[in-house]
This record gives sequence, C-alpha cells and structure tokens, in this order.
Amino acid sequence: MIQENIDTRYVVADNRWIGKNTMMMLLEGPTGHFTAPGQFVNIAVPGFTLRRPISVCDIQGDMLTIVYDVVGHGTDALSKLKQGDVLDVLPALGNGFDMSKCGERPVLLGGGVGCPPIYSLAKNLLEKDILPTVILGFNSDDRMIMIEQFENLDVPFYVATVDGSYGQKGFVTDVMKVENIDSDYFYACGPLPMLKALCSQLSIPGQVSLEARMACGFGVCMCCSIENRNGAKRICKDGPVFDKEDLIWK
Amino acid sequence: MEVNKKDTLANPLAVEVAGVELKNPVIPASGCFGYGYGMTDYYDVDILGSISFKGTTLHPRFGNPLPRVAECTAGMINSVGLQNPGIDAVIAEELPKMREVFHGPIIANISGFAIDEYTECCRKITGEKQVEIIELNVSCPNVHGGGMSFGTSAKSVAEVVTAVKKVTTLPLVIKLTPNVTDIVEIAKAAEDAGADGLCLINTMLGMRIDLKTRKPVVANVMGGFSGQAVFPVAVRMVYQVSNACSIPVIGCGGVNSAEDVLEMMMAGAKAVEVGTANLINPWACRDIIEALPAAMAKYGINSLREL
Repeated sequence: MIQENIDTRYVVADNRWIGKNTMMMLLEGPTGHFTAPGQFVNIAVPGFTLRRPISVCDIQGDMLTIVYDVVGHGTDALSKLKQGDVLDVLPALGNGFDMSKCGERPVLLGGGVGCPPIYSLAKNLLEKDILPTVILGFNSDDRMIMIEQFENLDVPFYVATVDGSYGQKGFVTDVMKVENIDSDYFYACGPLPMLKALCSQLSIPGQVSLEARMACGFGVCMCCSIENRNGAKRICKDGPVFDKEDLIWK
Repeated sequence: MEVNKKDTLANPLAVEVAGVELKNPVIPASGCFGYGYGMTDYYDVDILGSISFKGTTLHPRFGNPLPRVAECTAGMINSVGLQNPGIDAVIAEELPKMREVFHGPIIANISGFAIDEYTECCRKITGEKQVEIIELNVSCPNVHGGGMSFGTSAKSVAEVVTAVKKVTTLPLVIKLTPNVTDIVEIAKAAEDAGADGLCLINTMLGMRIDLKTRKPVVANVMGGFSGQAVFPVAVRMVYQVSNACSIPVIGCGGVNSAEDVLEMMMAGAKAVEVGTANLINPWACRDIIEALPAAMAKYGINSLREL
C-alpha cells in the first residue's frame, strides 16, 4: 500500500520525568497507521542525524505515549522539548506483538524501559477479553516506572527488584516461581540478558521484543540485522518482536 | 520501459549515463534503498531515474556484528559489511520483486573479494531484464582484505575492470573509494582498463568512541562515514575526476537536496546517487525530484543536459 501522505508531524503535548532516568512524552498526531502493540516510532531529534527509535506505550485517539530513558545526547535533547514543540516522527514501524497466539493465560514480562510496550499490550489484550498476568522487573525501587498505570489496569500484577527494595527480590522469573504463575504463553520486552534468561528458563512458548541501534528503522539499511533460525532478519522490519522458537542466543 | 528519444529530449530532467537514458538524475545509492520494493510503503518508486540495488556478492553474507551504526555530526558511520543473500538469490527472489515496483533501468551493484567472484557475479547478472548498468563496488571499507584493497590500488582496479569487461556486455561503472591519496590516478586506471563510467564517492573510513565504555561505538571498530558532512569532499573528487577522465561520472556522497544535485552536476556528474538521506527521510529522493524543476528555474537551467 502506497502511503504518499503519511503525516510525520507530531506536536509535543507533554514531556515529563516519571522516574530517576526516564521520561514520558505525549505526542499529538496521526495514529491510524498503527496495527499492533509493540510497534515503534522513529523520531528525528533536532540537531541529530539519526532518528531515535522508541516503542509506543499507549495510543488514545490522536495521542501517542512514549517512554524513554535519557541515556545519551539524543535522548537528552528529547528530554528538553516542551509542550507545543513539533517533531518529525515516522509512525507505526515494525511488526508488534502477535496477540492471536496468546493462549488463555498469557503472562507479560517487562524489564526497565521495556515495560512501556507491555502496558500497551496488556491494554489491547484486555480489550479482547483476555486477562494477562503482568510482572515487571527493575534494578531498584528508584528506577521503577508506571507502577500506578499498571495497577489501574486491574490485572494480576507483580513487581520484582534486583536489590529487593520493592516487591519480590530478584528477577521476573523469581516472581513466576514464588507466585506459582500458571501461564501458557509469555510476552517479554526488556534488556537482552533478561530476554535471554526468559527464553532459556521458560518452557512455555512466547514472543520477545528486541532492540538495537538502528539507522533507518524501516528495513533498508541492514544496520540492525540478527541471524535467527529462518536466516538474517531485521529487528526494525521483521521484528522487533520475534517468536522465542526462532531466536538463536549466543 | 521503452525510452523514446524524442520524449527524453523534451524532458528537462532527463540525463544519460554510459549510454543509458534516465528520466531524471536521481538514483538511490546502493545499500540505502534495499531492492526498492521495501520503499513502496512511502511512495511510488517508479518516479526514480534508476535504483542501485544492495551490494551483492557471489555467496550470501550476514555481515558484521552489531552495533553496526554510529551517530556523527551531519552524518553517520555504518559497518554493515555487505550483508546480502548472494547473487543467485538476488536474481531468483529480489529482482522479480524489484521489477514489480520499478520499471526503469536497474543498476546492479556488485562486490567481491577476488577477481573471479566479481566476474562470476557479473556474468550471472548480465542479461537479466532491466539490469542496464553494472556498478562495481571496489571500495567497501568494511571487508577486511577485500574490496578495500581493490579500490586503493590503480593496478588492482585495472585488473578487476579488465577481467569483468571480458564477461559482460553491460556498461561497467566503477564505484570508487575516497580513501586514497590520488583519486584521479585510480579513476584513470579504471578508464584505461575499459570502464564505461565511474561513481564516486563511497563512504569515508571513520570511527567513533563511546566515552562511557571507552570502546568503539561500532562492533567492527571502524566503518564508512556518510551523510551531509561528506558532500564537499564528494564535489571536489567528482570535479577532479570529471576533468581528468572522459567517461561519465555519477556523483555520490552527502546529497540531500535538489540544490546538491545541481552542484554535483556542475562539478561534472551526469547523474547523482542519494544515500544516507533516504535513511533519515524515506521520501528524500521523491522530494529532490519534485524540487528539481523549481531549483533549475531559480538558477536559469533549462535542461540538466546543458550542465
């Protein structure tokens, strides 16, 4: 489908700190192209060459919510944007989570700044009358984000912190053991070591969302390729969500 | 698509490179546009003068480890490392999909690590429908002991050109690396060996270091620097080579606007490749083509052929 007139103009409606290192931005603009939770946007940050790919946390009407860690010069510049600033945003990139495979009792696992797309997924599953269990993991209580939003979803919800400063001490997998979470499918987004651990420790099938440094974000530059069981795949275009069974961990 | 000479002459954007008529001079550069069909989410790629497809080798290659990309001021570094499915898969799977969305002349970008790999790829691609130019990449800086060494020595450039000319009837354009002391010497060696055209410049070898980790940003340590920052270098080299050689030059490097296209053509280029700009703005080539008539009018250019 040729979309000659994709409107890439988005207006910053809000941009605020929601954690020690993390900001939430609301962007007003077209949302019609999005097809699944877990898709991302690629944002042109004024003054920088490469766009910054950021997962979508929520869509409500013509309002997109994104959540990002401020880690480098690009995200630092993003953090300084104010209400009314205009951004050039490529919307609706990547495949997103496939909700058709979710089984009856899916568990959703988020780690750190990987939690925002899990929020979008949980909301979308609830709209399909599927009740997911959500487990989030953070390094410590001062790094936790979006706890209230997840609590308001009214789903079985648990938190783990590596240092034990909040919730279960340890990892999201520890919550699964301690709480004896009975699930037939998992969805995960978070840091690579977490995803690797989940794929090797969980016996149930599932999907994980990967990230990588990208240039284009729409599949032509090959800067974010991985090798999976079906050959070379682009995280930006063939992913970012992949079936656990297809991934090769090194 | 049959090109009608009379129509071409009436079209002020039309150009000719190595005997091939293009309806406009704008060509997405190899590695920045895939095989074209991936861009049809954004616009009808049939408006392009040509497309240079992703660099192709004899055997499939996955390329370099991640990360493969680094941000730079007015540019970027990539170390993709010629990821491609190999010439047989390109012919069997990618070209048919490319032909569905693009009906003009296709430029086949071919890479190799030994002369017989170049010749085997060029022999295989010759005769493929719509493939009207071979662009020989002798300059990719990402492959150790491979492409780089061909493009940095006049003798080896001449050897690979001579060998490939024997196996193909297609016009042969050599894509040169700027990472040399004397670009004119290399360009002349390619011309003397029978090249039908030249394309320059490929990326410049660059490097970034992450201050937090104190390690190179790209896993392969170094990579190809491209984007707007290299434009003046590209214009200079196109100018030098166009003055020294009589075969046509395709200008490439940091082109971002219709004005850049005109500047590159004033430097001597007969057509222009657009690379990194596509990765930042997927509509870059469309925007440039649409802006060309007004830019030409502004500078009193009636036809690009007069440049």
